[in-house]
Amino acid sequence: MPSKEKGPAIGQEPNPETWDLVIHPTAPWWDLHLRDVWQYRDLMWMFVRRDFVSVYKQTVLGPVWFFVQPLLTTAMFTLIFSNVAKLPTDGLPPMLFYLAGVTPWNYFATCLTKTSSTFVTNAHIFGKVYFPRLITPLSIVISNLIQFGIQFLLFFGFFLFYWLKGAPMNPNWIGIVVLTPLLLGLMALLGLGSGIIISSLTTKYRDFTFLVAFGIQLAMYATPVIYPASLVPEKYRFWIDLNPMSPVIEAFRATYLGGPIPWTSLAIATAVTLLSLVVGILVFKRVERDFMDTV
Amino acid sequence: MSDTVISVENISKIYRLGEVGTGSLAHDVNRWWHRLRGKDDPYLKVGQVNDRTQVAKATNSKKKNAEDWVYALKDISFEVKRGEVLGIIGQNGAGKSTLLKILSRVTTQTTGHIRLKGRVASLLEVGTGFHSELTGRENLYLNGAILGMRKREIIRKFDEIVDFSGCERYIDTPVKRYSSGMYVRLAFAVAAFLEPEILIVDEVLAVGDASFQRKCLGKMKSVAESGDRTVLFVSHNMSAVKSLCTTAIYLDNGQLTGSGAPGPLVDQYLQNKTTNQNSVEWPNESTAPGNESVRLHRVSAKPPTGFEIPNIDSGVDIEILFTHFLNGANLDVTLYIISNSGDVVFETGILVSCENDSVPGKYLVTAPLPSHLLNCGKYHINLVFGQDQRHVLLKHDAVVGFELENTNTGRGRNMHPTPGVIRPMIHWRIKRKS
Repeated sequence: MPSKEKGPAIGQEPNPETWDLVIHPTAPWWDLHLRDVWQYRDLMWMFVRRDFVSVYKQTVLGPVWFFVQPLLTTAMFTLIFSNVAKLPTDGLPPMLFYLAGVTPWNYFATCLTKTSSTFVTNAHIFGKVYFPRLITPLSIVISNLIQFGIQFLLFFGFFLFYWLKGAPMNPNWIGIVVLTPLLLGLMALLGLGSGIIISSLTTKYRDFTFLVAFGIQLAMYATPVIYPASLVPEKYRFWIDLNPMSPVIEAFRATYLGGPIPWTSLAIATAVTLLSLVVGILVFKRVERDFMDTV
Repeated sequence: MSDTVISVENISKIYRLGEVGTGSLAHDVNRWWHRLRGKDDPYLKVGQVNDRTQVAKATNSKKKNAEDWVYALKDISFEVKRGEVLGIIGQNGAGKSTLLKILSRVTTQTTGHIRLKGRVASLLEVGTGFHSELTGRENLYLNGAILGMRKREIIRKFDEIVDFSGCERYIDTPVKRYSSGMYVRLAFAVAAFLEPEILIVDEVLAVGDASFQRKCLGKMKSVAESGDRTVLFVSHNMSAVKSLCTTAIYLDNGQLTGSGAPGPLVDQYLQNKTTNQNSVEWPNESTAPGNESVRLHRVSAKPPTGFEIPNIDSGVDIEILFTHFLNGANLDVTLYIISNSGDVVFETGILVSCENDSVPGKYLVTAPLPSHLLNCGKYHINLVFGQDQRHVLLKHDAVVGFELENTNTGRGRNMHPTPGVIRPMIHWRIKRKS
């Protein structure tokens, strides 16, 4: 809690000795030690490497497996939602339409689910050694970028294939170059922010873990991943717009396949993202101090 | 010149007992409400000294609320100077590991302040973060980084680390294929090459085989003797504490009961831990130690008939009176003879039955420890009842103790105690050659 004293508590030191580290029972909320995170950047890359390498150890196909999942999901969606349920795709090739939604959504969903269990799954490491805990969710967000990169290549392959075939699409080439990294960053930060909020909430009370597991599946249907936003009736429109992932997915699809980019709601989504990130870091910092006692 | 590198000021830590659930949610809301109004933690006042007997009472009592909180540490203050090796001793549950966890920032104290100078590395476990699918090489980098090394530091020391671990041939094999000994050696090797100004070491030396433990102690010694690095060391190995540490603190039930030179503190600790009782009897069945397999009635360590007090010439008779309820099983009784410095001098046991033919009943077993075996001094006995020489049925540490008086047998008029754990009679021969 912010106490009455001004500035860091080191100032009230009785003798003017210089200490490198002072551990207080509670830290002021602005004391984030973000420099520590920078100090441990090597560890972050080690974690990224570990996460990526350990996934395909003892497999023959290795990273190829990263293709299989989105490919099969998309094929399934095409079959069910387009061919059976006959959901419109704004006149775009269904396969491409679903891939353009599933690829970014997958990235966000994995970031969120994996970071949301940071404390619980890493308790055995956190209980034995100190390093800035924020390293772990950061490394998750980064290592998932590799997975996203592979899946994005798949999407881009289909994109070029359909474009050369002359499908009715209208790619915004400047938007692709400029917006792709921005949207990706937005998803990463939103996944990180909301993920660490949930991970902080689940250290003591595990109730949220159940919510995340199926919540993220339900959330996909509340986001225009498998249907165009234009399909949503006006009275539900507000709820769809409330979801910060909606404009991200829409904008992603719009830049590649054509259509209006929802600038206003994208700006709101950015604000929500930054807010979730700030709140997330504050809560996370608060919890990391003594979560070991209650995890 | 005060070159204090660690200053610990009034550290306390409270823990909540029991499960996390709706009850703890109510406490959390209460704490949060107090904090919001800028008040102290309401449970600090009701926390109890971490004494297990008291805790047992608390669970029985009706007004549980106030007694759900215990102090794992209470008002601990001490300072460590540069180059000192501080041993932290105390019984299991005295708060040693909690203190180390707070110092290594794994958790936070409830009140009090800690000030540190220099880079801190803590070794509460070897091989933290090892991933079984990764190779030895990959794990070295990962583990080094977790312990706070920079990548180029690891690259620079890599060959030395591998060499120290003795795992060169297997360095590109996943560690899940390693033998447990190799695994531990590799894990310790990384830690051995940490170069922090302050090193915090918990009971990590307890793993691995004897030669590995010697290697660890040797490494610890070289760190300790370098003079500019400060080490905090928790161990139950009292000889290690005595030989490695330059100073020590003694924790008991979460409170600091002594600090200073390690020698006297270790003696005090062993004194409290061991028993001077040479006979113990449980007349009441219900309070006697035991279970559905074995129940103790009496254990004694007495001099054989004809001696008033046990000495080197008399030896000691250990008697155990017990009842066992095993029908057709293999029962054994084993004694560990422990010296005053905490070392096991030897183990001896008897097979009460060894062909699945035990008959329930009351038994008296006697182990006459021979004369001219143990040196003079204090000893205590750990008693274990086992089945099939594999499963422990009942274990009772420090059940009785005894003190052997010195004699001058075989030593002329010299009555000084001799060094060493044993004092055998050696039948020297002497011949005049010219």
